[in-house]
Amino acid sequence: MSRNNLGGIVQQKGTRHLMMRTLLFLTLGVFCLYYLIPLIVMIATSLKSLEEIRAGSLLSLPQDVTFDAWAKAWSSACVGVRCDGLKPFFWNSVAMVVPAVTISTILGALNGYALTKWRFPGADIIFALILFGAFIPFQVILLPMARTLGVLGLAGTIPGLVLVHVIYGLAFTTLFFRNFFIGVSSGIIQAAQIDGAGFFGIFFRIVLPMSLPAVVVTVIWQYTQICNDFLFGIAFTVGDSNPVTVALNNVVNTSTGVKEYNVDMAAAIIAALPTLAVYVIAGAYFVRGLSAGAVKG
Amino acid sequence: MSDIRLEMVKKNFGATEVIKGIDLAIDPGEFVVLVGPSGCGKSTLLNLIAGLETITEGNIYIGGKRVNDTPPRDRNIAMVFQSYALYPTKTVRNNITFGMVSRGIPKADQDAAVAEISTLLQIERLLSRKPGQLSGGQRQRVAMGRALVRKPDVFLFDEPLSNLDAKLRIEMRTEIKKLHQRLGKTIVYVTHDQIEAMTLASRIAVMDNGHIRQFADPKTIYEDPVDLFVAGFMGSPPMNMMPGKIRTLGGQCVVSTGGPEDEPLDFLLPPALSERACGQEGRDVILGLRPEAIFAAGTELPGANRFIFERPISVVEPTGPDTMILFHHAGLDVVARVRPEDARPEGTLFMFEADMEKAKLFDAKTTLRI
Repeated sequence: MSRNNLGGIVQQKGTRHLMMRTLLFLTLGVFCLYYLIPLIVMIATSLKSLEEIRAGSLLSLPQDVTFDAWAKAWSSACVGVRCDGLKPFFWNSVAMVVPAVTISTILGALNGYALTKWRFPGADIIFALILFGAFIPFQVILLPMARTLGVLGLAGTIPGLVLVHVIYGLAFTTLFFRNFFIGVSSGIIQAAQIDGAGFFGIFFRIVLPMSLPAVVVTVIWQYTQICNDFLFGIAFTVGDSNPVTVALNNVVNTSTGVKEYNVDMAAAIIAALPTLAVYVIAGAYFVRGLSAGAVKG
Repeated sequence: MSDIRLEMVKKNFGATEVIKGIDLAIDPGEFVVLVGPSGCGKSTLLNLIAGLETITEGNIYIGGKRVNDTPPRDRNIAMVFQSYALYPTKTVRNNITFGMVSRGIPKADQDAAVAEISTLLQIERLLSRKPGQLSGGQRQRVAMGRALVRKPDVFLFDEPLSNLDAKLRIEMRTEIKKLHQRLGKTIVYVTHDQIEAMTLASRIAVMDNGHIRQFADPKTIYEDPVDLFVAGFMGSPPMNMMPGKIRTLGGQCVVSTGGPEDEPLDFLLPPALSERACGQEGRDVILGLRPEAIFAAGTELPGANRFIFERPISVVEPTGPDTMILFHHAGLDVVARVRPEDARPEGTLFMFEADMEKAKLFDAKTTLRI
C-alpha cells in the first residue's frame, strides 16, 4: 500500500498540544518562506519595468505588471552578438534532451534486463564497471571526450552532445533498471521462454511494460540532469548549437549599457521551466517509482 | 502423450553437485510426483526436464526424442510455477494467448482455445482482468489455463499449491487430479508436501540430496519404504522410530527398546519379521511404528501379533477425528493415534496396543529396511 490513512490515529488533546502544533506550523511556515523568497524575487523582478527596478526595492511587488522582459528574453535579447533571444537555444535543448533521454533510457533498460535475467559469466563485473561510471566526475572526461568527438566528426554539434549525455547517463539508467529487474520474478521470464518468446520478445512484450515505474524515474532523472547540464554544453558546443543553459549565461554576461535585471530574471525562469514542469507534472510518479520495490503492492 | 526417460542425469552448479546421477522412466499418461525436503534437487530436476537448466551429464528423452539440446519452447511441455509467474501487465486472456501469439497461431484458433480452456477452468468471467485483481486461487487457475491451452505432451508443475491457503489447496488438489483423469497427459509434479504426493501420484519419487531414494506407487512408498528416510518423510505425524536391539527372550525374537532411564519394552516380532531379522543377537536396529499402529488397548478388532504395554501419557493432542497421545520412551516422544473417546488426561497410566504386523525394522547403521 503506497498510501496509508493516518487520519484515524488517536491524537493528544489539550492546550499544551495545541500550542505545540501552532509552534510547529509557524516554524514550517518560516522555512517555506525562506525557501520561496528567491523565486518570488525572480518572478516579481521579471514582471517589473527597468525604471521600477531602479526606483523600488528588491523585495517590493511590481506596481505595473509588464511582460516586456519575458518577450525580450524569449525572442530579442542579445546572446553574444546574436539578438534573437533564448528561443533558438531553447529548441537546441529540446533537440538534445529528447533523443538523449530516449536513447539512454532504452539502453539502460536493455542493460538492466540482460544483467539480471540473462545472466552470463562476468555479469557482475560488467555491472560493477558500469556502476563505476556513475562516480566519475564530469571534469575528468572533458578532454578525452573532446578528442573522441573530434575523431568522430561530431565536435561542436548537437548530436555530439547527445552522444556525451547518452554515454554518461548509461551508468545511472543501467543502475535504475538493474535494481528494478532484480525484483522481477525469474519465473515470469521462464514462463515466457516456455511460451516461445525470445530475448527481445520477452523484453518488449513482457518486461518493458512491467517496468513503467522504473521508466518514469529514469526519464525524470535523465531529463533533469541533461536539461540542467552546463559543463558539457559549454565544453562540447559552439555558438549556435549551445543549449539554453549556456545561452542563459551568455545573456547575463552580454553587457551593452544598462544591466537589464528583469530580462535576466525572465531568461533564468525560462531556462528552468522545463525541469520545474516535469517535477510538477510527474513528481508524484517519481517518488512512487523510487520507493517501488521497497514496499510490495 | 509422451514418456519421459532420464539416464544418469547429473547437474552441477559450479562445484556443487545438485543432481547426482538420476535414472527415471516415466510412462505415458503417468502422474509422477517428485517429493523431498527443500534443497533435495527436486525443482532442479524439473527445470532440467523443462530445459530451463542445462544438464551437466546424462540424457533426457521426451517422447523417445533426446532433448538435451532442445530449448524449452520446442520440448512440447507446459509448466505451472509456484509463483504462478503470470504476466502482470497482461489481461487473463492475453496471459493465456501469449504463447500462441509468440508461435503465430491464427486469431480464430486462439479465440477457440481460450473459450475451451476458460470453460474448463471456469474463468470465463475473469478474462478481461489483470492478474493483480485476482485472488490466489483464481491466479492458480489462470496459470493452469496458460499451461493447458498449449495442449502439450507433458505438464510440469513446480509446487503449484504451496502459495494457497489450506482449504483452497485441498480443493485445487482435487481439481488437478480430476484434470489429469480427464486429459490423461503425462504430468511431473514437484512438491514438498507428502500428503499432496500421496493423494495425486500414480507413482512417487522420493528424493534426498540429489538422489532418488525410492520410486514406487503411493501404497508401496507408505507400506514398504526402502529405508529410514523414505519411512520418515512420508506420513503425518511421522513414523515413530525407536532404536533398539534384537534379543531372544524365552525362545521368541523381540526388539528391546528404551532403558536404562526408562523401563525397556520388548516388542515381540511377528514371524515374518523375526525370520528376516533374528539370529543376530544384539544387532542394533530401529523399530518403526506409525502412529496409527499404536492405539488404546482393546479398542480395535483383535488380531495376531499385538503387543500390549503400559506407559504414562505425557502430552495429549486432539486433532478432531483422532487424538494423538504422546508418551516418553527411548529418548523420544512416541505418538499413538487413538479415538477421541479413548483419550485420557496427561499423566494417566495408559494401556497401549501396538499392531506388530505393521511394524518395520531398519538396520541402525545402513538405515536400510530389514
